Amino acid sequence: MIAHYGYADGSGEYYLIVDTDRCDGCGRCVEVCPNDILELAPDDYGKTVVRVKDEFVNSIGYICPACKRRDERCESVCEHAALSYTW
Amino acid sequence: MLVAGIDIGSLTAKALILEDSKIRAYAIIPTGVDSEGTSKKVMNSALERAELSLEDLEYVVSTGYGRVIVPFANKNITEISCHAKGAVFLFPSVRTILDMGGQDCKAIRCDASGKVQNFAMNDKCAAGTGRFFEIIAETMELPLEELGGLSLEAMSAAKISSACVVFAKSEVLALLRKGVDKKNILAGINEAVALRVFALLNRVGIEKDFAITGGIAKNVGVVRKVEEKVGLKALIAEEPQIVGALGAALFAKEALEQV
Repeated sequence: MIAHYGYADGSGEYYLIVDTDRCDGCGRCVEVCPNDILELAPDDYGKTVVRVKDEFVNSIGYICPACKRRDERCESVCEHAALSYTW
Repeated sequence: MLVAGIDIGSLTAKALILEDSKIRAYAIIPTGVDSEGTSKKVMNSALERAELSLEDLEYVVSTGYGRVIVPFANKNITEISCHAKGAVFLFPSVRTILDMGGQDCKAIRCDASGKVQNFAMNDKCAAGTGRFFEIIAETMELPLEELGGLSLEAMSAAKISSACVVFAKSEVLALLRKGVDKKNILAGINEAVALRVFALLNRVGIEKDFAITGGIAKNVGVVRKVEEKVGLKALIAEEPQIVGALGAALFAKEALEQV
């Protein structure tokens, strides 16, 4: 499943995208996130995968683009290329 | 087998009782400030119609905004998975679903079993939601139920530059002051809303067949505009507001069958 977490508003599209078929739930992305917005949880079909915590879904656009400058970020540490983003 | 799905949405709560694979009864009520009380009230109302009591139900799955506060639910599942499951049950050929609810819009793509393949939602922006149209109806002093039909009688669509509910409301007021026909304003609003949800649908990719669920599916004006953009006819349930609760009930049935 491709899960889009985020929103589109007047200033652009801010989605953190998780491919839950690629995610093996290792949690490296969760550890590396400096803002603690990610968590591992079972999806509706019982597979434990990474997701954006509910309370951060609507503020992704203010939080996540800053990580673009970091070498170690959720999407870059994932060995399975399970994460991507739209900014 | 008797199971139920309960969908506590931001504006309305729905409960549906499934007997084997047949819908036995359902109820829809406004969601009050007391979500737990609302969940009991809507469930009791559906049970009454089915002439059953809560003890007769073998499994209950809750979904929607308030899914975690339903005290009698055995399990909760996101509304995304429930809408996909419910829509494919009603229309087996459906692969893309647009759910236009009280306070958010979701675009969902699923497989033949109703399992979600791709989803995107927008609950930050109220454009194209039930609440948006309630405010437009209030602003234009028209009954909510008549918005869709009236918009179809428009000679031309007025230009609405923002689908933001706050800005759209002031744009509508400005147009009304200028004497623009209400029907044309409504057509313009539907156009702006359709453009927004089309972008959301393109995020997940559109595959036929296409269904619209949620309360806005009752607004024929919005449905026509979305169909124009998507290029597909929208399949709409007889009661589009209960698709999420139906999906939840189907998950309940599955949970029982797995045991």
